[in-house]
Amino acid sequence: MSERTPLARARGLGAAHGGTHHWWIQRATSVVMVPLVLWFAFSLAALGPADHATAAAWVAHPVNAVLALVLIAAMFHHLHLGLEVIIEDYVHSRWVKFATLILQKFVTIIFGFGAAFAVLKIALS
Amino acid sequence: MSERSRPLSPHLLIYRFEWPMLLSITHRFTGVGLAGGAIVLVWWLIALAVGPEYFAYAQAILGSWVGRLLLLGWTWATFYHLCNGIRHLCWDGGWGFELRVARATGVLVVIMSIVLTLAAWLIAYAARGG
Ligand code: HEM
Ligand code: HEM
Repeated sequence: MSERTPLARARGLGAAHGGTHHWWIQRATSVVMVPLVLWFAFSLAALGPADHATAAAWVAHPVNAVLALVLIAAMFHHLHLGLEVIIEDYVHSRWVKFATLILQKFVTIIFGFGAAFAVLKIALS
Repeated sequence: MSERSRPLSPHLLIYRFEWPMLLSITHRFTGVGLAGGAIVLVWWLIALAVGPEYFAYAQAILGSWVGRLLLLGWTWATFYHLCNGIRHLCWDGGWGFELRVARATGVLVVIMSIVLTLAAWLIAYAARGG
């Protein structure tokens, strides 16, 4: 038996019209991020006030670069969906809500790919 | 349309304050705070990609007392959201709803978030000294 609500009952529900799918992505990214965030936070702490060469060498290490990219992907999907839920909770006017959701999506995508691009540039240069 | 006259939930004036409510809204606050922190993280990575001079500038800002205060806040927000996030995932799996368990895990989340924050900053200052 699945914990999932049958699609036929969930379809079309919610302001995003995609409730269960987004719900599952939010949970999946949460699980993935638990070890990754612990690893990343303590790595950055150990790096501390590092100079450019030290920090760049750390990011450029293949294991670190790949894990950082996975974390970035999970983090930006997760925070995008999280902010979407919050906007749906607090913005009630239809058009303002629509505009805010679209704007949030653009900004999140730009920052997410900006982060990924920076990691790739450091790792490949 | 009667959209505008609907009450907001939770209706703050008729709810009695309970500690678990504070833990719950803090998950949302830390989530938004971390989204702000993500912007700083992107800026830091881009500074690293731009080159040594701009990176030194970014490190100096983050190393100032204001920078360090913000980083301390983000460290705690990260660990609080992480620990309470695990609590949320357990609830999603159907575990830990009983009042006594939920209270105990709530206390555990607060303690763990402080312990992990202290650990990270001890490591950071050890790295700085060494
Ligand atoms: C470290 C691992 C993380 C875990 C285990 C986790 C877990 C969760 C969970 C389970 C939720 C849903 C809460 C609910 O159902 O109300 C959530 C919401 C959220 N998370 Fe995370 N999260 C993590 C990291 C992050 C990070 C790094 C960010 C931002 C950069 C973030 C931003 C958010 C936001 C904005 C929400 C929406 C809050 C709300 O709806 O009240 N999370 N998180
Ligand atoms: C650096 C890497 C990545 C970043 C920063 C990123 C960021 C984003 C953002 C901000 C969205 C908008 C969310 C939405 O419209 O729901 C999105 C959508 C999406 N991404 Fe990514 N992404 C990355 C990598 C990936 C990867 C590797 C996959 C596949 C495994 C993926 C699959 C998707 C899918 C399927 C959607 C549409 C989700 C939906 O609306 O249902 N992304 N991504």
